[in-house]
Amino acid sequence: MREIPVQNVIDAVAAMCIKANTELPDDVRAKFEQAMAEETSDSAREVLRQLLENADLARDTKLPLCQDCGLAVFFVEVGDDVRVVGGNLREAINEGVRKGYADGFLRKSACHPLTRANTGDGTPAIIHFDMVPGDRLKLVYMAKGGGSENMSRVTMLSPAQGWEGIKKFVVERVAEAGPNPCPPTVIGIGVGGTFDHAAKIAKQSLMRRLDDTHPDPDIAAREKELEDALNALGIGPMGLGGNTTVLGVKITMEPCHLASLPLAVNVQCHSQRHEEVEL
Amino acid sequence: MAQYILNTPLTDADVKKLKAGDVVFLNGTIYSARDAAHKKLMELLDAGKDLPFDLKGAAIYYVGPSPAPPGRPIGAAGPTTSYRMDTYAPRLHSLGLKATIGKGKRSDEVKAAMREHTGVYFGATGGAGALLSNSITESTVIAFDELGPEAIRAMKVKDFPLLVINDCSGGELYVKPRLDTAG
Repeated sequence: MREIPVQNVIDAVAAMCIKANTELPDDVRAKFEQAMAEETSDSAREVLRQLLENADLARDTKLPLCQDCGLAVFFVEVGDDVRVVGGNLREAINEGVRKGYADGFLRKSACHPLTRANTGDGTPAIIHFDMVPGDRLKLVYMAKGGGSENMSRVTMLSPAQGWEGIKKFVVERVAEAGPNPCPPTVIGIGVGGTFDHAAKIAKQSLMRRLDDTHPDPDIAAREKELEDALNALGIGPMGLGGNTTVLGVKITMEPCHLASLPLAVNVQCHSQRHEEVEL
Repeated sequence: MAQYILNTPLTDADVKKLKAGDVVFLNGTIYSARDAAHKKLMELLDAGKDLPFDLKGAAIYYVGPSPAPPGRPIGAAGPTTSYRMDTYAPRLHSLGLKATIGKGKRSDEVKAAMREHTGVYFGATGGAGALLSNSITESTVIAFDELGPEAIRAMKVKDFPLLVINDCSGGELYVKPRLDTAG
């Protein structure tokens, strides 16, 4: 059994929190540049220009890209033949968040749901654990902002509604969200599983690169169909009009109950901040 | 689309000339307040007490900045989504508030209040928190320090770049989504 000192986890998590919040991922930057070249609307180009300038500034000054440094969300894959020594893995991740959010001058946005009292250190993180074969520990972090998360929805469709029902719900949700979630957005879609699982896989979909293609050609085609439909809404960057309403649509589909068609739409802002590390 | 340089406090004349789509560079002092701070402001008003800043001609920025690193007056400071403050904005406009700054749609009640009391809603670029912080030269917490990122700050701004989203005569800049062509 391979052993990983707990401090390695803490340090890796802290570094991911800071990097994800201050450096725009290269695939997102490439999409901004592509959209700048293709947009015909002046206001759309101006917003994209500001977002690229913002990204350069954040990289050079180490200021966060956005003041909302998100709730810290993790997808963790733990191999059967690896264990963390010297401490508990969950606590190590939370300790890494505390360190990263403090050292990086990141905003701590976790609070009590009713009293709204801030927990003060960005924790607790939302952590999804998965057991996998092998001796590796993979940590994926996303900074999930509240403005876009609030525009997300889970619904239980009837099986008869099928793909058309899914498409209608997604299009109407993005139209209703309009300028609120900082478009151009990335849309993570979970189809199948259960009420809770659909939401989880929708969020997990947001971890994919924007320039990838789904390995299943049928799902890849549906992602393209939805992306075209959403861009045809004309909402554009910041809701000021244009052809770039979404930067990408990512679908994860899994089997569900005979009676069900769970659907989750997780909206992510244009910064699409995430990082991963394998220890 | 016109461009204006305006100073706070804003007057009715300042607001009346603005049309949706105009670009404004704002100078002077603006106040940060978001969800929890607004709730506390309402409690002060209900109790008949003074607010921590003068509402007359004021501009409220819906922002919860990230902490200031050494050598900077403030951290990243982009707008938060405005609709959550829609419950509170009409009352504040009726008491002299002239402008709110945020991102995203406003309710019909807020738009009506801006028509009635000559108010304006400005949009700042969502997510451009690092860039916008460059227009903030000073920041001082003036109330509700216990709210951390949600405390009320007096912020001095220099050429703060804004777009008029809703003007005081009912004009709105946001596009209507084209559901008919989205298939």
